[in-house]
Amino acid sequence: MPELTLIEAVNKALAFALAADDNVVILGEDVGVNGGVFRATVGLQERFGAERVLDTPLAETLIAGVAVGMASQGLRPVAEIQFMGFIYSAVDQILNHASRLRNRTRGRLSCPMVLRAPYGGGIHAPEHHSESYEAMFAHIPGLRVVIPSSPAQAYGLLLASINDPDPVVFLEPKRIYRLVKQEVGDNGDTLPLDTCYTLREGSDVTLVSWGAMLHETQQAAEQVANDGISAEVIDVATLKPLDMHTILDSVSKTGRCVIVHEAARTAGFGAEIAAQLSEHGLLSLLAPVKRVAGYDTVMPLYRLEEYYMPGVDQITAAVREVLEFG
Amino acid sequence: MPAPKRNKEDKRKTVASFDIRYTRYIDKDGQVVGVLPDVAKDPDALISLYRAMVLNRVFDQKAIALQRTGNLGTYASSLGQEAVFVAVGAVMKQQDVLVPYYREYGAQLLRGVTMTELLLYWGGDERGMDYAGPREDLPICVPIASQIPQAAGVALAMKYRREPRVAVTMFGDGATSKGDFYESANAAGAWNLPLVFVVNNNQWAISVSVAEQTHCKTLAQKAIAAGFPGEQVDGNDIIAVFDRFSAAMEKARNGGGPTLIEAITYRLSDHTTADDASRYRGDEDLSANWENEPLKRLRQYLIGMECWDQRREEQLRKSCELEVEQAIHAYLDTPPAAPESMFEYLYANLPAALTSQREDLSRRLKDRCQS
Ligand SMILES: Cc1ncc(C[n+]2csc(CCOP(=O)(O)OP(=O)(O)O)c2C)c(N)n1
Ligand SMILES: [Mg+2]
Repeated sequence: MPELTLIEAVNKALAFALAADDNVVILGEDVGVNGGVFRATVGLQERFGAERVLDTPLAETLIAGVAVGMASQGLRPVAEIQFMGFIYSAVDQILNHASRLRNRTRGRLSCPMVLRAPYGGGIHAPEHHSESYEAMFAHIPGLRVVIPSSPAQAYGLLLASINDPDPVVFLEPKRIYRLVKQEVGDNGDTLPLDTCYTLREGSDVTLVSWGAMLHETQQAAEQVANDGISAEVIDVATLKPLDMHTILDSVSKTGRCVIVHEAARTAGFGAEIAAQLSEHGLLSLLAPVKRVAGYDTVMPLYRLEEYYMPGVDQITAAVREVLEFG
Repeated sequence: MPAPKRNKEDKRKTVASFDIRYTRYIDKDGQVVGVLPDVAKDPDALISLYRAMVLNRVFDQKAIALQRTGNLGTYASSLGQEAVFVAVGAVMKQQDVLVPYYREYGAQLLRGVTMTELLLYWGGDERGMDYAGPREDLPICVPIASQIPQAAGVALAMKYRREPRVAVTMFGDGATSKGDFYESANAAGAWNLPLVFVVNNNQWAISVSVAEQTHCKTLAQKAIAAGFPGEQVDGNDIIAVFDRFSAAMEKARNGGGPTLIEAITYRLSDHTTADDASRYRGDEDLSANWENEPLKRLRQYLIGMECWDQRREEQLRKSCELEVEQAIHAYLDTPPAAPESMFEYLYANLPAALTSQREDLSRRLKDRCQS
């Protein structure tokens, strides 16, 4: 099996989908000859033609709206927003249309589209290129919100998202686009949506995260293991709809939970998980649920970026805190 | 020092120029003012257009009465704009796709949307968007201009599949101030899409007049900026709308790309039943515009052709009223949807995360039955 980076896995999944189904069309800014600013679509226009890998004018409302229109007619558009910082004018189309079309028309029309966007900090990018607003999308009924954490996850989850009959916002943690290589079989196998993935089993504490922060979260699990602390690590992967069962099962075993995300703390997606833990798992909790998250500040420009992003130390400290409680 | 040599190309010159055409065939008294197109010479075709306009108006009147008596939610009327809506619906072919906004019932009815469906929609029932007729048409769109990029997507899908079909999107004068409109017009030009934009310039966006909306002399010229033709028609003259919209459709169907048609109308009603237009516009303006209204104009033209009279007018009114009454009965007799249906169409398959919420609703319903 070839070893791929996360961005290469995205590219392979897109190529597989284009080859498998004529209804799949890729569109976005610079996705054609240039192959995307992160090279997610590199080589695809050459291989599949300019009708199937389409450079759009620079207009995000248009990109999302065109995808909704195409999907309403039975195509499977995969639209790229160049950076999450520029997704906001596409939100109207996602919130008012994509996520509601099936419901509004009682199933007459549907919206099998994917909106891909790189997100998150840590690569010293310019202003507006580093935020994490996944919780905003997770609030929208009718939508799926999927975030891969590794090359294999990216490949399988992206193909599943393209095959899914409903709209998916697929957010790619760009900090780990090229961080690690992993063996990924390019055989079209999808990974299920609507489920969390347990990346590491453990019995003392449950660490829940998604996207790039899983990298630090797994390092933290490794470090505390040296002190005899056994941490279970859960990759949420699909934030919406959320598979709370996997998290509750784990917490019923460990009794302790730390949620880790890069996004600002208040009303971040960790709040939803913590709320559900208190609603459905209170009796198994041996300590308060702890969140390790970004500050409620504007994402700083890159010189201060590292002070904003949660690090391994904060995670290990939180683990110790919940273990020492009571 | 010798003067630098001047090259002819150097001096200032016009590198592009444009004009906006305006079409009217029948004036407000039903008199012919131009060389008539074929449709104007076909009494049967004109009578069926007239019937559709009357039906649209009767539907409006009765829908407003339903709203006033508490049997319908907020409703947006077509009053005064029927010629545009009916012409669009009449010219489009079945395989074309309409991407509407929210007041062009005349077009939707001719496409096979039923009056019962329209009433269900404004009566608060999603089933009113499950059109039994035009399955691929988009439903009514309330967020202004947001349907326009979708129409570009529909047109792109048609082009991608090499189908001889055309997407049509309609919107108001206010919508032409939105980025959604500009972005879509630009893309339609760049991609040479089979897409016709129809602007219903009814002079008002709720209380904001066109003069306040834009400093542009026409809305049609906004298409020029996007690289394709825009033109004006007298939207109270159905023959003009029919003729120019037909030409745009044919051009789009034959690979000639998009056109924007700005139909000049006047919103003779309040914006919706929730609005009171007397707060922002005077009676003089309104009564002056009643002189231009499109039904009277076609009726007078038909009378001039000697194919219309009082007796036929009365018969037509009666048959339209009957048709609307029947739809109203069907609407009022439709039992409300099962409350659980709010979960049914959210996703293709309800995710496990939502089953407990659906069960909660079912439990509430059971409790309510028992108490
Ligand atoms: C994006 C958006 N902003 C505001 C509104 C509230 N609103 C509803 S209709 C309307 C005016 C629309 O005017 P126009 O586009 O001229 O269409 P008309 O109703 O006159 O046919 C406004 C402001 C809305 N529905 N959507
Ligand atoms: Mg208007």
